[in-house]
Amino acid sequence: MSTVSPLPIVADPRQPLFKRLPVISHFNKSVGLQRGMLVAGLVLTGIFILTALLAPLIAPFGFSQISDADGSFPTQEPPGGKHIWGTTVGGYDVFSRVVWGTQTAIMVIIVAVVMSIFIGVILGLVSGYYGGWLDRVLVVVADAVYAFPSLLVAIVMAIVISGGRSSLIGGILAAAISITVVFIPQYFRVIRAETIRLKAEPFVESAKVVGASNIRIMTRHIYGNATRTLPLIFTLNASEAILTLAALGFLGFGIEPTSAAEWGFDLNKALADTTSGIWWTGVFPGLAIVLTVLGLTLVGESINDLNDPRLRGRKRAGGKGGADAPTAAQAALEAEARTL
Amino acid sequence: MTINIDPIKDDAGNSGPVLDIDHLKVTFATDGGDVHAVKDVSLQVNQGEVVAIVGESGSGKTVTAKTILGLLPETATSSGAVLINGNNVISVSAARLREIRGKDVAMVFQEPSTALNPVFTVGWQIAEGLRAHAGMGEDGHRISRREAKLLAIDALRRVGIPDPETRVNYYPHQFSGGQKQRVVIAAALALNPGLIVADEPTTALDVTVQAEILQLLRDLRDIYGTSIVLITHNMGVVADLADRVVVMYQGDVVEEAPSRVLFAQPKQEYTQKLLAAVPHLGRNSASEGMKERAHQHGKVLVEAKDLTIEYPGRLGSPGFKAVDRVSFTLSEGEVFGLVGESGSGKTTIGRAIAGLNRTTGGSLKVLDYEMLNLKERTFKPHRKDIGFVFQDPAASFNPHLTIGDCVAEPLIIHGNPTPAQARQRVRELLESVQLPASYAGRYPHELSGGQRQRASLARALILNPKLLIADEPTSALDVSVQAKVLELFKEIQQEFGFAALFISHDLAVVDILSHWVGVLYKGRLVEQGLGRVVMNAPQHDYTRRLIASLPVPDPEEQARRREENRALLTT
Repeated sequence: MSTVSPLPIVADPRQPLFKRLPVISHFNKSVGLQRGMLVAGLVLTGIFILTALLAPLIAPFGFSQISDADGSFPTQEPPGGKHIWGTTVGGYDVFSRVVWGTQTAIMVIIVAVVMSIFIGVILGLVSGYYGGWLDRVLVVVADAVYAFPSLLVAIVMAIVISGGRSSLIGGILAAAISITVVFIPQYFRVIRAETIRLKAEPFVESAKVVGASNIRIMTRHIYGNATRTLPLIFTLNASEAILTLAALGFLGFGIEPTSAAEWGFDLNKALADTTSGIWWTGVFPGLAIVLTVLGLTLVGESINDLNDPRLRGRKRAGGKGGADAPTAAQAALEAEARTL
Repeated sequence: MTINIDPIKDDAGNSGPVLDIDHLKVTFATDGGDVHAVKDVSLQVNQGEVVAIVGESGSGKTVTAKTILGLLPETATSSGAVLINGNNVISVSAARLREIRGKDVAMVFQEPSTALNPVFTVGWQIAEGLRAHAGMGEDGHRISRREAKLLAIDALRRVGIPDPETRVNYYPHQFSGGQKQRVVIAAALALNPGLIVADEPTTALDVTVQAEILQLLRDLRDIYGTSIVLITHNMGVVADLADRVVVMYQGDVVEEAPSRVLFAQPKQEYTQKLLAAVPHLGRNSASEGMKERAHQHGKVLVEAKDLTIEYPGRLGSPGFKAVDRVSFTLSEGEVFGLVGESGSGKTTIGRAIAGLNRTTGGSLKVLDYEMLNLKERTFKPHRKDIGFVFQDPAASFNPHLTIGDCVAEPLIIHGNPTPAQARQRVRELLESVQLPASYAGRYPHELSGGQRQRASLARALILNPKLLIADEPTSALDVSVQAKVLELFKEIQQEFGFAALFISHDLAVVDILSHWVGVLYKGRLVEQGLGRVVMNAPQHDYTRRLIASLPVPDPEEQARRREENRALLTT
């Protein structure tokens, strides 16, 4: 009998903890093209994170440095020599700013995603479990938030937090809070839907019958089972957070070059250069955005496919362990669609 | 009718078997390595013959059935030969396979409500198969919409749907479960296939409906000479319908024999054990030898008086009465069996006693607590005296907690044991349900269905409850496992002495355990009495029909019963 288990296959809890961690367990399950996608994503993401951590070592200059012992940097110098990716119109070293920019990006991701996960998961659990008027109100609010363009929220936040001045903390918080506000409904909806499904599962009823309290049921029985999809939303939202930050910077609501390096801001400043044939000021920060978002999206999409036994390719004797090729293309398309 | 459907296919006439499976092997690639679902199966089906493939879960019977239609998922690799009218299903092209499906072999699925698409009329769905094969017919012309509809009406008439001219335009939700299964069979019959593969065709249906569908399948064989491959785990169904039986176990054929021979003299040990485990109505009754209701002077634990439970209807429409003025009592130490078909309200009553459903009328006293206007806060202290065993052991455990944690949970909620005390108590309980104490460290998915149901029993009993509610505790289990769990249940009930409400749709199972049996029909308690008396001398018409519909696992006896009860079943 090929009965499908009502609950999705969880990683075997008896394996060592290391093998059960989200990405690692997915890597072990993957095969063929799916593994290729996951590895590509992991490599890109890994480079991104390492660069952020080691930025002080990698970057030859500071993000706001325009001169060194030899005097001021030349402006709009083509790549080569001391400035391997050239310099901008303000005399900043492009390579250093791209490297330092990873730190800003990662801070925004961490602040935004951590805040939205905490709030979204708690609201989702409570709303789905108790239902009633609380649930209805929260769903309406979540729907209303969906209607806000995240950029609008970000602009308002930027003004509220820093009065429009763009400091490092202010800029990061503005971007992070706006992203949080927009992302909470996503986590909320996913967790709420799972909670409503799990609420009807016999094991929850079985806990009710033995007299478990609501808090106990929510924390012990529903929470662990409802949060399986979080790694997926996390990676997808991380890439969206970067895009929002870049868009904010591009519009001029980002962070001043003296406070932190920010790719979107650099892109904005590079606009004027394009007409005069100066490509290096725009291409490198742009590439950094594209590759980071692509890396995170690839990881997210791969996890999504690997979580679903129907989409997951398998090793087999003499068989094709194929993954569906359109997925990679689709991931790229989606990443593209999220840009402005 | 201008379209002539031959009662019997001429070309399949006397040219050997309709289906010939030769050394079939099917292997699945899974996360845990290769699984050999079917190891080496050879069998033949002749024209006009019903061959039953029986086996427990994991025996490979469904995989074998799916191979016949080429419906295996991509992860499967198969070798050997499955010949249908000379075509090897395993090796033919996808286009040829489509031609074979429907024309030469058709399938009847287990769950009729999911086998039909809810957004199309049944006529359209039956005609779909016809149109898919149009142009390939003998005269080569495309079947028009009108002709297809006429054929669909004819197919519906053949499966006994009344007023097929009107019903052909109905949507699936307008039919009852049994009629839906008739429609699925009509769709399978539309192209007059020589062979029908029926995968658990009656498992999702009530016994009274099951009897009708079995009669229909028998008519197909007798009137149209259709061969049927019947996949089932229900030995009663096999005894009722099959000419020949193939017993499968873990991917291999264990035994193959004509139905009468197999049931009378099973040769293999596995078959003997399997047949011995099948509950047989009227044998091994718990109320054997009882003259009057046992424990009737004991303290009354559950008392229902005109209990009514109504589910609210949609705006403007009246509510649905799931339980309608039911009165009964359950005393200390007594096992009360509640039987009924789906929609009879048996589960609702069980859930109401456990406080999972609200009652809407009458009175229900559980341990002297009035359940009408139940307040969770005041009822909670009583919960430690009520145990509950759920139907599906796979779903009633939290997959993230170990068995030990799950079993200990009631203890932790209602008491304040030290971890060592809790572990000790869990060990005791696991031992009394005959599970090794080391299983406490395992996760639910690492246990088999029967083991999980034992653990579930341990969880329900850890606080020594006065009352246990068991809602279809064995219906998700294989027969051999069911037999063991029932035996264990009986032993433990005698040892612990709790009162139990045993809810089941299976009369034979209820009779094995219960002293006192109540029969529910559409929310009303139509009959109650000693189990032995209810089974042997039913008073109410519905009980009679229910007992007559239940096939017994003995072809001779079943054939006799069928004749006797013909009048009762057709009404």
